[in-house]
Amino acid sequence: MKGNPVLEIEKEQMEKFNKDLPDFWVGDTVRVYFRIVEGNKERVQPFEGVVIKFSGGMHRRTFTVRRTTGGIGVERTFPLYSPRLEKIEVIRRGKVRRAKLYYLRQLSGKAARIKERFPK
Amino acid sequence: MVTGLLGKKLGMTQVFKDDGTVVPVTVIQAGPCWVVQKKTPDKDGYAAVQIGMEQIKEKHVNKPMAGHFKKHNVPFLRHLKEIRLSPEDLRDVEEGQVINCDIFEVGEKISVTGWTKGRGFAGVMKRHGMAGSRDSHGARYHRVVGSIGMCTFPARVHKGKRMPGHMGTNKVTVKNLEVVAVYPEKNILLIKGAVPGHIGSLLILRKMR
Repeated sequence: MKGNPVLEIEKEQMEKFNKDLPDFWVGDTVRVYFRIVEGNKERVQPFEGVVIKFSGGMHRRTFTVRRTTGGIGVERTFPLYSPRLEKIEVIRRGKVRRAKLYYLRQLSGKAARIKERFPK
Repeated sequence: MVTGLLGKKLGMTQVFKDDGTVVPVTVIQAGPCWVVQKKTPDKDGYAAVQIGMEQIKEKHVNKPMAGHFKKHNVPFLRHLKEIRLSPEDLRDVEEGQVINCDIFEVGEKISVTGWTKGRGFAGVMKRHGMAGSRDSHGARYHRVVGSIGMCTFPARVHKGKRMPGHMGTNKVTVKNLEVVAVYPEKNILLIKGAVPGHIGSLLILRKMR
């Protein structure tokens, strides 16, 4: 057999669950529409916040979105290739100098702001 | 019908189901296998098939083995294993027949036999999960067995006392693993969960009874 079969399965998964997602990166503020199952009902739940990291490769790739509600930080990690991920809206582009924004966890209020980036 | 197959572990990954749940899977090269020899109750006292996997050149088998392969009119093979069958199952099996991974269906439960990774001479904490002793606060007694028995009575160590020694390369069977996907054209199986052994090691796949 030619090639690495494990890799081929991963590529196949990537193609199967690939969708048109906007280009977004760490520091951007996004709204993620994720389908959740409650009992036997399904609905789309939006989650808005700052992308603080990307992790994993191929179809295993995930990203984590952080938001603060009522002074409490909430982070959710979404699989980028999940069939449950409906769509992503980029609300604001952020200018950051890190690939992982873990430092935001220690900051709150005005200090946790991110400068806006205006791509050419 | 042959109810088992030889395979090779190729590695692990994960796949999405259509409802979005992620399933951890082991990718297995399953077959193609050749039926080399039938063992019949009349002649051998039990019903089984000897199956083989992975073609090799004649120079890589010794003369007695080459004779065995030629006699049964199959290619030269690297691995040979026996799979026990019921006498009814054995009836429609032909020597020289090729079996592929399509004997398994998606959703079916199978058992996988393999040989675990060798750990060499392992201590008692790794080998038997013993607690060991404290690492700090002046302790000079860390990963050792501790007491191995009593005193004048019984004046010996009990048989089977768990001690350091060789660990791994044991034959282990994992039962009730679910078949997640079958790729008949590539002879690849995806099995939910982990199977024993390192990448490239030989596996025996059997249908659950």
